[in-house]
Amino acid sequence: MAEATANGLGQHALHGDHAHDAATVAVAEAHQEHPIKLYLVVWVWLFILSTCSYLVDYFGLHGYLRWSLILIFMMLKAGLIVAVFMHMAWERLALAYAIILPPILVLVFTMMMVFESDYTLFTRITFFGAGP
Amino acid sequence: MSETTLTHSGQTAPRPAGLKGIAADWASDQRAFKNVSWGKAMMWIFLLSDTFIFGCFLLSYMTARISTRVPWPNPSEVFALRIGGQEIPLILIAIMTFVLISSSGTMAMAVNFGYRHDRRKTAILMLLTAALGATFVGMQAFEWTKLISEGVRPWGNPWGAAQFGSCFFMITGFHGTHVTIGVIFLIIVAHKVWRGDYDVGRPGFFTSRRGRYENVEIMGLYWHFVDLVWVFIFAFFYLW
Repeated sequence: MAEATANGLGQHALHGDHAHDAATVAVAEAHQEHPIKLYLVVWVWLFILSTCSYLVDYFGLHGYLRWSLILIFMMLKAGLIVAVFMHMAWERLALAYAIILPPILVLVFTMMMVFESDYTLFTRITFFGAGP
Repeated sequence: MSETTLTHSGQTAPRPAGLKGIAADWASDQRAFKNVSWGKAMMWIFLLSDTFIFGCFLLSYMTARISTRVPWPNPSEVFALRIGGQEIPLILIAIMTFVLISSSGTMAMAVNFGYRHDRRKTAILMLLTAALGATFVGMQAFEWTKLISEGVRPWGNPWGAAQFGSCFFMITGFHGTHVTIGVIFLIIVAHKVWRGDYDVGRPGFFTSRRGRYENVEIMGLYWHFVDLVWVFIFAFFYLW
């Protein structure tokens, strides 16, 4: 019995007294089948976006234009990979939120470290002078 | 068994109050991810924890780079390659990016063919993924060799801030380790697919659980994650 549970939802179909369960499960077990074309399109887009972010460096853009372009291309690529390749777009929201929200909180940590490192730089310049 | 199925159907059994209730809630089979198998959910949670590890690496790199008084070496020049007598900036890293993205593409198709129970195509695509992954690791080894021969060390380098070397070796080294482990597991899973383990539900050597084609998708999740991490490393370490 324990094995049946461990082996996932499909096994519950064996138990007639939980037929309603089996019905919802059957949908889940049909699984992530999407047309190959979708993957090819995403693949091509990832190539285009990677080329774009490489060209940002190749043409030597700098300043806020460079940084914002890098971030935009990065987020688009990450979004495509997570949503389509990792099938997050078709998962239940309970899973998507549980996985995607926590990393966003890293931004709070990032802000703390920006203040911290600015302060470190300030003390270094104050006590050691402005760089060799 | 009947208890676990009950929780699946979304009914909540009456629970004791107080401390007993807390113990009961944490001890019993609660199930948050209704249509996601335990294997997939656990892989996602592992990937979440891995996200935090790489997040901390990139954060420590950011902190080092902001707080140093010494100028940071220009990655565009450091990672340039001389091809045909011309310096091309960052070209090796760009090729590595394309190789890794291609491997992600083949992996996604392998998952697709896996659910269609096409053993041959799934195994071939997974082996192709592993080959591309191994190519990536090989190029990274070439990059490390080149930088080490130019005098980059974790404690210093010829071009600027000493922290450049330690950040570079730690971040790319950890990522390369992930790719290497992924290649090994890709070959193992591809072998199982080829042998037909997932058609007959043969128990795994290590877990003794019956294998299913979902294992290919779970393997794919790990592999796409490796690609995902590279997207961030490429943006923050090489392009910034």
